[in-house]
Amino acid sequence: MAFKQVSSPHAHAAQNTSQVMKLVLLATIPGLAALTWQFGWGSFINVVLASVTAVVCEAAIVKMRGRSISFYLGDYSAVVTAVLLGLALPPLAPWWVVVVGTVFSIVVAKQLYGGLGYNPFNPAMVGYVVLLISFPIQMTTWVAPLALLPAGTAHPGLIESLQIVFAGYSPADGVTGATPLDVFKHSSGLLVDQVYDREPLFNQAMFAGAGWEWVNLGFLLGGMVLLTQRIFTWHGPVGMLGALALMSIIFWDSGSSSSPGSPLMHLFSGASMMGAFFILTDPVSSAVSNRGRLIFGALIGVLVYVIRAWGNYPDAVAFAVLLANFAAPFIDNYTLPRTYGHTDRRRATEKEEG
Amino acid sequence: MSRTWVTPGGVHPPENKHQSVTQPIGQLPIPEKLIIPLSQHIGAPATPCVEIGQQVLKGQVIAEATGMVSIPMHAPSSGTISAIEHRPIAHASGMLAPCIEITTDGADTWIEHQGISDYEHISPRKLIEMVGNAGISGMGGAGFPSAVKLNPGRQRPIDTLIVNATECEPYITADDSAIRERAGEIVEGIKILSAILDHPHHIMIGIEDNKPEAIEALAPHVEGTGISVVVFPTKYPSGGEKQLIYILTGKELPAGKLPADEGMVCINIGTTYAIKRAIIDGEPLISRVTTVTGDAVGIQRNYDTLIGTPVSHLLSHNQFDEQAGGRVVMGGPMMGFTLPSADVPIVKTTNCILAPSYSEIPDDEPAQPCIRCGMCAEACPVSLLPQQLFWYAQAQEHDRLEAHNLFDCIECGACSYVCPSNIPLVQYYRAAKGEIRQAREEKVKSDHARERFEFHKERIEQAEREKEAKRVARREATQQAKADHLAATANGATNAPATAAPSGAVPSSSAADIIAAAQARAAAKQASPEDQRAKLERTIASAEQRLKVAEEKLAEAINSDTGKQDKLSAAVENTRQKLEQSKSKLAELTE
Ligand code: SF4
Ligand code: SF4
Repeated sequence: MAFKQVSSPHAHAAQNTSQVMKLVLLATIPGLAALTWQFGWGSFINVVLASVTAVVCEAAIVKMRGRSISFYLGDYSAVVTAVLLGLALPPLAPWWVVVVGTVFSIVVAKQLYGGLGYNPFNPAMVGYVVLLISFPIQMTTWVAPLALLPAGTAHPGLIESLQIVFAGYSPADGVTGATPLDVFKHSSGLLVDQVYDREPLFNQAMFAGAGWEWVNLGFLLGGMVLLTQRIFTWHGPVGMLGALALMSIIFWDSGSSSSPGSPLMHLFSGASMMGAFFILTDPVSSAVSNRGRLIFGALIGVLVYVIRAWGNYPDAVAFAVLLANFAAPFIDNYTLPRTYGHTDRRRATEKEEG
Repeated sequence: MSRTWVTPGGVHPPENKHQSVTQPIGQLPIPEKLIIPLSQHIGAPATPCVEIGQQVLKGQVIAEATGMVSIPMHAPSSGTISAIEHRPIAHASGMLAPCIEITTDGADTWIEHQGISDYEHISPRKLIEMVGNAGISGMGGAGFPSAVKLNPGRQRPIDTLIVNATECEPYITADDSAIRERAGEIVEGIKILSAILDHPHHIMIGIEDNKPEAIEALAPHVEGTGISVVVFPTKYPSGGEKQLIYILTGKELPAGKLPADEGMVCINIGTTYAIKRAIIDGEPLISRVTTVTGDAVGIQRNYDTLIGTPVSHLLSHNQFDEQAGGRVVMGGPMMGFTLPSADVPIVKTTNCILAPSYSEIPDDEPAQPCIRCGMCAEACPVSLLPQQLFWYAQAQEHDRLEAHNLFDCIECGACSYVCPSNIPLVQYYRAAKGEIRQAREEKVKSDHARERFEFHKERIEQAEREKEAKRVARREATQQAKADHLAATANGATNAPATAAPSGAVPSSSAADIIAAAQARAAAKQASPEDQRAKLERTIASAEQRLKVAEEKLAEAINSDTGKQDKLSAAVENTRQKLEQSKSKLAELTE
């Protein structure tokens, strides 16, 4: 009798990478639902379009590299990147914006660096930033939330939305508008209370910004699911949200005319929750250890606030994440966990003495 | 209840322990052949003391211990020695090793043997000797000779005795069932250990809470003995020595230290049973409880198995279905290794033979890329970053691997177990450790070569200097001679007898010079006592250093079970002896 020779361990937990990715996809559903409810079909179309583009790109590249297409597509990582990008893009953006962004994410930011596991930057955010720099007009035109639509108008239906996206029809008047962060950006000279009184975006809202608060709640919910499923640990999200809250408390300035906005508004506006639970938790491009991820998250939180408050762009998650990606190896070097039986933490680049 | 501490990481694989405890510990018919490997432990292999064709009785010594770190082997049953040769044994490397084969006669006749009951009145030294002579080595882990572990002479006083009844690997129930049925004898064994170790303050039996029957069985026996049964939540790997020490005491064993350095002895519960049998009943270690389990065998249960029983014997008596599964594992599903064939024998450390079906343990799926999800780091019981180790192992960056404490990895497999990308991480770590060890050995070798070279150079230079000195002396002598000669001729022939004297005296004086120089050289060579002492002290310092390194290596080898233990422990012994010699010389010199 001769038996198979396999190295230990022989047992294996049931979860595999494809399942992890599928779970992440499922967890985006509350966020997508909120986006669709509050802003119409645009985000949905973005997501589908980006996913199709991503799968085609990934398959083409994997084929060019002579690997098994089914094996590499089977990990769903390309779809995850595409979905996240699609969610981040403005609803009803022209189709080519979505396609260009996705191609850039998959081909340049992911595959050219060696594919899954090797990309130093978050691919979805690379695509987003490239678009933001190249097509600023399309990228900053947001659909108005449900509560703010002029009386009698509604978001375009699915067919009409498709026409807008693919055939360049322009949406009806009043369908597009500013985001809460935009409003704050361009409202210098007013006290926070005044802004809140004057802007329908705020006086129609529960606590942060009409529509946006729902979207952020949706992503928060999805993130909580992933957290309880142990897809990632709390360190990154808590680091970011904590730092963002802290910064906005410190600079709240009790609502003066130069205040960049309340902590609640910052936590529940723009891409805060999506960034905290879906973007910076991309494991590949983040720091490695738990402590490292806490610092990594906090760095993003601070950067987001700084760019929002004093930078040129109203929202900043993409820039902040990419900057923190740069810093990740550096953070890793100083955040090795303390190993059992050792009194000191070591540094990653430390040499054996002697 | 005593307080326990929680280790980081860990995993909860399906336990699969219930299958094998439905029946009590069984007994198999005596196999026709028994194959006893000479090395079933860490340390030097035993030396055979029987000849082919010789009749042996059950319990008779068939191979003697070789040196300090070694154990003897005994015949597990009566019969005839039929071979002394290399055979395949159960080892991760799948290598052949020297074995003694006994063809049994079925009579199972015991050699005369006798135990002692009043061990309290026997000196620990004598008890340790008995443990050593009974061929007992650790039965849970790597198989370290118990007598060496228990020898208090060399180590600090022991204040804590930890009995490891964790059995955290899935499937294995050998210790569990042994405790259920033999709790009395086990506790007796622990008492003997306590006597040997001069009654440590704390005696704890560490056991996971998934063995309620065993815990209950122990309770009446430990009552009033000062032995505490400490129950803690089930988690893999709690049974690693370092993990268990932390769980029970909250102390971490400093890197590179042995438990004894911290006043602790950690011993497997199966070993305590063997110690009881050795002291009280006078029986050497010739059998052990082994679990036979997995869906590819029809009967899953524990057996009191003779050491040397071929695995095939166990399998065939338990309706093994070769078609049902692809691998047969010695040990558990987390750290066990696959057997090359069923011909290999059960040894003193074999706690389980696992024959899983394909549906239980399917063939490995191809590995996907590492997504750096960090699940491995969450699972690691020693707080390493397995994903970084994997990365650097692939890139063969040895410095980085050491900075990430690769050598603290206990190869528990928790990281590979959780990895969603199916990466065989442990395999990479083993390979990387091997490479680094090899590189270190080569470095030591080249260091030695360099030292030799420098020494050689020094000697040549020394010789040159001496030659030069001689030349100078000779030149001076001849010049002197010439001068004298001139003087003599100037004095004229009238003084012929007078000339004879000085001219004769001069060469003799130059000869004296040469002799003096030679003496000075000799004196220089025969250094002053101060120099000698300094030199000896240097030797001792470097020997101590070497001893430390060698011991660390040995500890490492023990932890990772690389099969180099024999060589290493011999090296440690060697260095220790040399050190002893130098020290005694130094003592002489300073007197
Ligand atoms: S668990 Fe596997 S995939 Fe995840 S970080 Fe560790 S090695 Fe990489
Ligand atoms: S095998 Fe090593 S790295 Fe992996 S979990 Fe165990 S100790 Fe940690």
